[in-house]
Amino acid sequence: MTLHIDIPEETLSGILAKAFRNTAFVTGFVITVLILAMAVISYVWTPYDVTKLVIADKTQGSSLAHWFGTDHFGRDILSMIMVGARNSIAVALVAVGIGMGVGVPLGAFAAARGGLVDEALMRVNDLVFAFPALLSAIMITAIFGPGAVNAIIAIGIFNIPVFARVARAGALAIWPREFILAARAAGKSGTQISIEHVLPNIATLLLVQGTIQFALGILAEAGLSYLGLGAQPPMPSWGRMLFDAQTRMVVAPWMAIFPGMAIVITVLGLNLLGDGIADILDPRSRRQR
Amino acid sequence: MTAYLLKRLAISLATLVLASIVVFAVLEILPGDPARLMLGMNASADQVELLRNQMGLNAPLLLRYLHWVGGLLSLDFGRSYTYSVPVIDLVRERLAVSLPLALIALALSTVIAIPVGLFSASRRGRAGDTISMGAAQLGVAVPNFWFALMLIYVFAVWLRLVPAGGFPGWSPGIWPALKSLLLPAVALALPQAAILARVTRSALIEVLNEDYIRTARAKGLPYRAVLWRHALRNAMIPVLTILGLQFAFLLAGTIIIENVFYLPGLGRLVFQAITQRDLIVVESVVMLLVAAVIAVNLVVDLSYAVVDPRLRGRQ
Repeated sequence: MTLHIDIPEETLSGILAKAFRNTAFVTGFVITVLILAMAVISYVWTPYDVTKLVIADKTQGSSLAHWFGTDHFGRDILSMIMVGARNSIAVALVAVGIGMGVGVPLGAFAAARGGLVDEALMRVNDLVFAFPALLSAIMITAIFGPGAVNAIIAIGIFNIPVFARVARAGALAIWPREFILAARAAGKSGTQISIEHVLPNIATLLLVQGTIQFALGILAEAGLSYLGLGAQPPMPSWGRMLFDAQTRMVVAPWMAIFPGMAIVITVLGLNLLGDGIADILDPRSRRQR
Repeated sequence: MTAYLLKRLAISLATLVLASIVVFAVLEILPGDPARLMLGMNASADQVELLRNQMGLNAPLLLRYLHWVGGLLSLDFGRSYTYSVPVIDLVRERLAVSLPLALIALALSTVIAIPVGLFSASRRGRAGDTISMGAAQLGVAVPNFWFALMLIYVFAVWLRLVPAGGFPGWSPGIWPALKSLLLPAVALALPQAAILARVTRSALIEVLNEDYIRTARAKGLPYRAVLWRHALRNAMIPVLTILGLQFAFLLAGTIIIENVFYLPGLGRLVFQAITQRDLIVVESVVMLLVAAVIAVNLVVDLSYAVVDPRLRGRQ
């Protein structure tokens, strides 16, 4: 039996109706689905083979044959953006998974225990926050070697305190409620209450934070691969494409324009999705509008 | 008030000490022997051992940590392996680029964001609000280094108004130096401004719903006065928090932007030091940045007390 009835439960169809009326959610959802679809399709089909160099076709502008032009090796930019999407999504998504998987239990635990445990965990959190995330990510990837896996770890580590903080703040707001008291009176342990009653009630918060961190992860991955610390060639990545474009800005500006747009659209879509979810599911944010 | 001050100060100091232990420990367990790196692969084991002794690498761990911290406190950071000059000189030279850059960017971002946030909040739900928040939503999504490339393309390659990169130094005069910092500062500032504008707007909207705002309006104060005098002041706490976080982000964010514009700043220094395993430079600069972040957060915490008199009473 779950006892998290506090705000009147909305029906699924009610929520869906609200979702379809929310412009931010619909736009964000459509963009996100399109980007995900692009990444999935790239596994079975891309307009051109991204590993094949066609020097005869190098640095061509937009044309019917190459919608977004070609790079300095004659590779099709659109195909590279499609394959690069896999890398961006995989890195950012796993990094969010690491952040949630470690951060949420820590935050929930801190909130459930309170006192010294809480204080100690939050001080460790402060400590991680004191290190500029990008700087530390650069250190981690530079020291342990560049590559997608180390980029995931570097970005994931800095997601942990973010989720710990959100989970703790959310859980602290839930703990004083009556249904928690009821659960305690029923003899449930702190861990049981955290899992059965607190987590379902902070799921929205976590989902919204998840989309934000997903978007930030995509930006961070692009930054790392721009510096040559992310996925290694020949695997295309959006950041690396921008690095290659930089010295060729005068002759081939499209090499910079399109991968950048891919990043902007993806991040924009995720942020809109997050805003939309927050709007639809969180009555508090409705009031603020 | 004093209790609040002391508690924040103690927490900041403790964080700083812990951070120094972390930085020291991380660099300690790293693979690679600095002495071997300096001498090259052809050096004999004896030569390496000699240099290790000279560099104090063979001393006990705790002693080396204390020595390092003592050096940091007396601003003696040691010598760079690759540049063969005292790290403090390098840092001073590079800060002359990075600090102005971060400050200009922060100023730009604040000057853009606060008015936009005010404008949006006071026109909530209307066209002006929708347009400016749409722009902010877009701004948040733009990676600053891509934005930098686009700025270079338009203003340096196409219009030839500013240099595409490099830094002339401060000696030929302030103007050429400022000119080469302008694009990087804009590139850093705009995505930050977008975030700050959103925070300012939502903080203001929350405050504008408060009863005392209605009271102020009811007693006949014009809307503009209410907005500036009552609302903005009360909305400052979240805005200050984000500003503090952004300063930290700007200091580190300069790593990529300085690479885009070939600026000889702190970010480029630390990036090159990391790739060249110049560990003394890495640990000094990282510690410096961490100390700056902690100091800024402390200042932000303390400014809460100035902005919000209620906090002074609490501990």
